[in-house]
Amino acid sequence: MQRIGVFVCWCGSNIAGPVDVERVAEAMKSVPGVVHSTTYQYMCSEVGQSRIMEAIKEHQLTGVVVCSCSPRMHENTFRKTAQRAGLNPYMVEIANIREQCSWIHKDKEVGTQKAIVLAKAAVAKVMLNTPLQAGTSPVIKRALVIGGGIAGIQTALDIADAGYEVDIVEKSPTIGGRMAQLDKTFPTLDCSACILTPKMVDAAQNEKIDIISYAQVEKVSGFVGNFTVTIRKKARFVDELKCTGCGACMEKCPSKKGKNEFNMGLNNRTAIYIPFAQAIPNVAVIDPEQCLKLKTGKCGLCERVCSAGAINYKQEDEVFERQYGAIVAATGFKPIDLDAFDEYGYSQSKDVVTSLEFERIMNAAGPTGGQLVRPSDGKHPHEIVFIQCVGSRDTSGCGKPYCSKICCMYTAKHAMLVRDKYPDVNVHVFYIDVRTPGKNFDEFYRRAVEQYGVDYIKGMVGKVFPEGDKLIVQGSDLINGKQLALQADMVVLAAAIEPDPSARKLATMLTASMDTNDFFTEAHPKLRPVESPTAGVFLSGVCQGPKDIPETVAQAGAAASKVIGLLAKDHLVTNPCVAQSNELLCNGCSQCERVCPYGAISYVEKEIRGPGVREVRRVAQVNPAVCQGCGACTVTCPSGAMDLQGFSNLQIMAEVDAICK
Amino acid sequence: MQGTAQLILERARELMQSGQIQRVLGWEKGEFEHDPTPAFFESEEELQNFCYNDYCGANLSKYLIAASKLEGKTLVCIKPCDSYSLNQLITEHRVNREKVFVLAVPCPGMLDPVKTEGKDLSQGERKDYLLDKCLCCKGAEHKIADETIEGPSLDLAPEDRFAQVRELEALSPQERFDFWRGELSRCIRCNACRNVCPACSCVKCVFDNPNSGVSSKASADDFEENMFHIIRAFHVAGRCTDCGECSRVCPQRIPLHLLNRKFIADIDELYGEYQAGEEAEQRSPLVNYQTTDKEPSDALKGRG
Repeated sequence: MQRIGVFVCWCGSNIAGPVDVERVAEAMKSVPGVVHSTTYQYMCSEVGQSRIMEAIKEHQLTGVVVCSCSPRMHENTFRKTAQRAGLNPYMVEIANIREQCSWIHKDKEVGTQKAIVLAKAAVAKVMLNTPLQAGTSPVIKRALVIGGGIAGIQTALDIADAGYEVDIVEKSPTIGGRMAQLDKTFPTLDCSACILTPKMVDAAQNEKIDIISYAQVEKVSGFVGNFTVTIRKKARFVDELKCTGCGACMEKCPSKKGKNEFNMGLNNRTAIYIPFAQAIPNVAVIDPEQCLKLKTGKCGLCERVCSAGAINYKQEDEVFERQYGAIVAATGFKPIDLDAFDEYGYSQSKDVVTSLEFERIMNAAGPTGGQLVRPSDGKHPHEIVFIQCVGSRDTSGCGKPYCSKICCMYTAKHAMLVRDKYPDVNVHVFYIDVRTPGKNFDEFYRRAVEQYGVDYIKGMVGKVFPEGDKLIVQGSDLINGKQLALQADMVVLAAAIEPDPSARKLATMLTASMDTNDFFTEAHPKLRPVESPTAGVFLSGVCQGPKDIPETVAQAGAAASKVIGLLAKDHLVTNPCVAQSNELLCNGCSQCERVCPYGAISYVEKEIRGPGVREVRRVAQVNPAVCQGCGACTVTCPSGAMDLQGFSNLQIMAEVDAICK
Repeated sequence: MQGTAQLILERARELMQSGQIQRVLGWEKGEFEHDPTPAFFESEEELQNFCYNDYCGANLSKYLIAASKLEGKTLVCIKPCDSYSLNQLITEHRVNREKVFVLAVPCPGMLDPVKTEGKDLSQGERKDYLLDKCLCCKGAEHKIADETIEGPSLDLAPEDRFAQVRELEALSPQERFDFWRGELSRCIRCNACRNVCPACSCVKCVFDNPNSGVSSKASADDFEENMFHIIRAFHVAGRCTDCGECSRVCPQRIPLHLLNRKFIADIDELYGEYQAGEEAEQRSPLVNYQTTDKEPSDALKGRG
């Protein structure tokens, strides 16, 4: 006979406001099986927990229902409480009467009724709970970092520093990411490459770090502590071990029409190329779309000039598997496409550029050697207009609803750099708000306005169009209540940033969730900001949300510390709420095997003995160390042979019945 | 038909004599022309009762589950539409391909004894007497065969099998509910639909399992009466080949195949055209996740 105790939490006024907690506790007393029902202000507090422990002992409870917040919040807390009082931790059920009840109901009567129903459902479920024992699984002491920008590099360096092996998988031919493309960094104006490239070299030289460049993650299986990852290393057509990065091949290559990705397509590169001087690995790569030898079979100049004999036109993609204990997503961002913002004339004039393109123009290693000239005619500009929030904070549906966070500061930086280097150039900035919440940020912005005389205009731009060799910028000046039509030589658009498109595919492989903007979701927005809800998957950098370099580096370190905490363990406690196959009912149809995202199900031929049965059948078996308890198999199984421990079909039906009665 | 039956028999006898097959799975003569019954023939003597006539609509593939457990190979007569069911059963590991000799037999379209009862078949067209499932014939091609017997096939442009589904979709929810209440209330829970269905091949059906929470031998109330068929349709979703046996055997003439066709139409719409049993070892879209799959929210758009 079950003896259930019900503990209704007030959660201060969070629950007790819209729900009459005393009535809930009172109503539960008459539910069959319930022998004790009480309330307390904060059930999760030490006093609240000891009340539960005392009640378990005093009333010899066999099951506990806590009516409180979401099980995501405190299920573990109360399981440990029960365990301390000698009860199996899986004999605890949570009725979520906060997120799913008190927070969404204003009418106290409705809220109270619903809380009673939810509590009854939890009691119906706990009556069918069985004690479960958690197992353990080993931890593979190696981490994978996906993305080799500053976020990935910093995470890898920190993990390696703690003594663990770590691989960086980078999709482009070099690590460095977006930060490598930047000229100066706000608010100190130190050179981006000068602070990034030493870190790139550190990563390359660290014997614990393996940089797998020009590669992609193709498949992820397994679970926390024990992931198996398939990596595809794309053919470079250059032997990475032989190439010395001398660059002789680039000088001789006759195909010079490839868009230079590193310079945002502002100039061309050869078919065989090293993305930039400090690239790591400093190894050439052949663009098969541009290479004459690969396309037509005629040429082979690079092979002839390469003294290291590194060129290999027959190189193929290499696909291999590796095991990891933890995975860090550091997939970064890209500026949005400006197709939907044709009013700014981006497609009509070469002199309308994005901020990242402007960054390359200002960079000494960029397409113009750092000379500020117009892309259209190479002339020195005299009037430059910056437009902020292009596609950011945009609720029209064309752009992104969020603030891209970095644009206010880099626009101030650009304006200041232009005015500093070319005092003859007038700089205007159209803005909605200037957001400068960061150390020394507001001082930096004020310096741009006050010391450098940058003309900040509050208002949005309606249209940019070319007229002669000028650009006309029509916008409004909200403070002076005027419509403006400025003549500009160049227009710089602070395009919104969005997660790199590769992130969505990766999220699916990692079973990590994303928000509506394709940023990875944290396990908890405040308390677990660098962990994904999928155990063993961590988040670093802009893939989780817009952030600047110092924030990215801080988060990268935080993600690394979480990884180190995981890899430091020899074993992990596994979740006992896993699927189990009733072999007497199993058809061996393989549907569950196909639907299992973790590869936890296999089949065996087995002699089945049951009432009136003795035959060899093909039956499903679940590897409890691999199963994550998602339940996909249980709903796929036509005969109901698959069941989830702790969430059995009967338990769920009992809950539904309790709610519908 | 007489000729085809003769060809089948000859070949079956040869294979039996040579020891390549142990038994034949076919149709046995009934008392009347219109009631042949699926049967196993273990010897040449038993084969004397074999028949293949206009009323051999029954799909034999499900009997191979039992035959797979017997010694030796079973020769099975498979009509084009039955071949889909057989493939599906092989995919689900319910039939052991190595234990089966598939004799693909031609089908000129099978007659419905209810439609022909008391009629002079020389009057009117053959189409008027065909089984409903034959009106949406999947074609003369066998999707699996070890050997093929040539013969006449159905010469008829198939009807649009989703026409009635769309008519039902166009109804208001209340009208649709009333339609199905009207149909399903006639159910006598004889379980013929379940027992004949090649997709209903569970070693223990949830309706026979007292621990499943839905078990019942007979409908206790009208809720169960509705739910039995709806649960069954869910259980075979993505696996149903639309063989039409459920409606063929229903003594109450409930158009059960419409439930299955609704699922098939939805699967086609959400995941692209899919025919269960087209080939063995194919993956049903319902158990084959792809990154291009529709999101659940898309599936719900515009649905009542």
